[in-house]
Amino acid sequence: MEKRATFSNLWLAAALVAPQLLLVFVFFYWPSGEALYWAVTLEPPFGGSNQWVGWMNFETVFADPKYWNSVRVSVIFALLTTALSLAIAVLLALFVDRRLAGHQIYKFTYFIPYALAAPAVGLAFRFIFAPDAGFVSAINRVFPNLWNPALDGTDALALIIMAQAWNMAGYNFVFFLAALQSIPRTLVEAGAMDGAGVLRRMRDIQLPLITPTLFFLVIINITDSFVNSFGIVDITTNGGPARATDLMVYKIYSDGFQGKDYSLAAAQSIVLMVLVVSLTFLQFRFIERRVHYS
Amino acid sequence: MIERTPLLNLVTHLVLVSGLVLLLMPLWIVFVAASHDFHTVNQVPMPLWPGDHLAENLAVAWQKGNFDRVMVNSLIVALGVTVGKIVIAALSAFSIVYFNYRLRMLVFWVIFVTLMLPLEVRIVPTYAVAADALRPFQAMFDAVGLSVDLPEWNLLNTYSGLILPLIATATGTFLYRQFFLTVPDELTEAAKMDGAGPVRFFLEVLMPLSKTNMAALATIMFVWSWNQYLWPLLVVTDHQTFATATMQLQKITPGPAFGEPPIWNVAMAANLIVLTPPVLVTILLQRWFVRGLISTDK
Repeated sequence: MEKRATFSNLWLAAALVAPQLLLVFVFFYWPSGEALYWAVTLEPPFGGSNQWVGWMNFETVFADPKYWNSVRVSVIFALLTTALSLAIAVLLALFVDRRLAGHQIYKFTYFIPYALAAPAVGLAFRFIFAPDAGFVSAINRVFPNLWNPALDGTDALALIIMAQAWNMAGYNFVFFLAALQSIPRTLVEAGAMDGAGVLRRMRDIQLPLITPTLFFLVIINITDSFVNSFGIVDITTNGGPARATDLMVYKIYSDGFQGKDYSLAAAQSIVLMVLVVSLTFLQFRFIERRVHYS
Repeated sequence: MIERTPLLNLVTHLVLVSGLVLLLMPLWIVFVAASHDFHTVNQVPMPLWPGDHLAENLAVAWQKGNFDRVMVNSLIVALGVTVGKIVIAALSAFSIVYFNYRLRMLVFWVIFVTLMLPLEVRIVPTYAVAADALRPFQAMFDAVGLSVDLPEWNLLNTYSGLILPLIATATGTFLYRQFFLTVPDELTEAAKMDGAGPVRFFLEVLMPLSKTNMAALATIMFVWSWNQYLWPLLVVTDHQTFATATMQLQKITPGPAFGEPPIWNVAMAANLIVLTPPVLVTILLQRWFVRGLISTDK
């Protein structure tokens, strides 16, 4: 950890780290503190400084069924996107790692979805899954009105789940493949000598050895589903129909910037911050174990 | 490994090819839809083979989305964030690792904690700060009773407003710190013995050594900042001058169900314009991108 040879020019040391600290203070610590301040105060309607209201903003938020709806939607969204995306990625990574002829091609193409911006993914999926054009609409020719994300809340939620899972699948694949390739070849070969077939080796050797990566990716995917999803929701559904896709970040945005209610938005931000920070803590706990294998 | 599993090999190939279709099909559909005329793109199901209207649609989308201007803006923002992040991260990591002062662990943690809260989560107050970036200092002066009047520094509708808040995280700093810790002490000792000061050591020993890290970080940061959406959407109200490429997707997205029918071919052409730069960067700089992903994973 510590360097044996260091320099001792303290002014220089301070000057080197100053730009970073200034930026972090102005754009991270101050706003985060201000979010706390707004969450416990209320702006009087006729001007003047904010008044202390304690937990009132939180009580307002928690008493609102619309808020619990957005929590419910966010949790469903987080769990399903994570499960779907990880399942696809781990399956593909396991099979690519068999290194049959042509496996290099997949290695070089599977990560591409991750290069797309969330709104670009949203626009593409909105077209592909449009009820009256694109591809999935063919279903509506056979069964009229079976699929319509513009009117049906479940369809809309399914649409954004698929878009987010697709976006993250490439990212997850990169990590799974790196983890699989870091497993010593001798272990897998020893399994083969003992008569374990390919699938058995995947289940009993490779999968258990990449669980640290799996834990890590679960946390990253859940966090990302809270954060990155804004672009997808904003382009595909605008939180609708009837708030069926009103994810937490989207609700903060619409309450804060369209409703101009900073106090309510700040209280919701604090809840989301606590959530994301706890997830990150979990992730740090797993970092040690992950490094062990990679 | 040498074993005969013909059936499983067939299954493997099938799974891998379906994976390829699943992961690349949406991109192909965007491309195909962008190459048909209005009538063909609205057929159900849409043809899967490109038509011959690509150039025409791209031209319409380019003009409609004001891409002459916004591509330049996106490039400025992406390069600004990339260069700014690399410079600031390298400098602060150098300070934390190579100087011995009492507060350095505190400084490290103060920077490190910023990894925990992405910009999207604290978007409302960050926006308020961007409206007057000197306000934190003004408030502090007021609090200690100093009557200093700082001018207002409004970052809305400026490149600094688009760039600076995106730089204010620890991603790169952490990467550089990890790398600097692996550089052998003997190098530093040799440099000091030869009379090199910290600045010279940084520029002539550390920087050349960290080229690989720099390339990986640059690739990741470029793609990440090009793809930013929520922040530009808030900071920019003067869309003519400061809009970025991703923001134009919202403008070109078909409106609510009623009114004009969605012009999908042009929307997909615009999408193609917006997604091409980051996709090209990741394909061409694939080695660095994957490496950067795995090492900047926070």
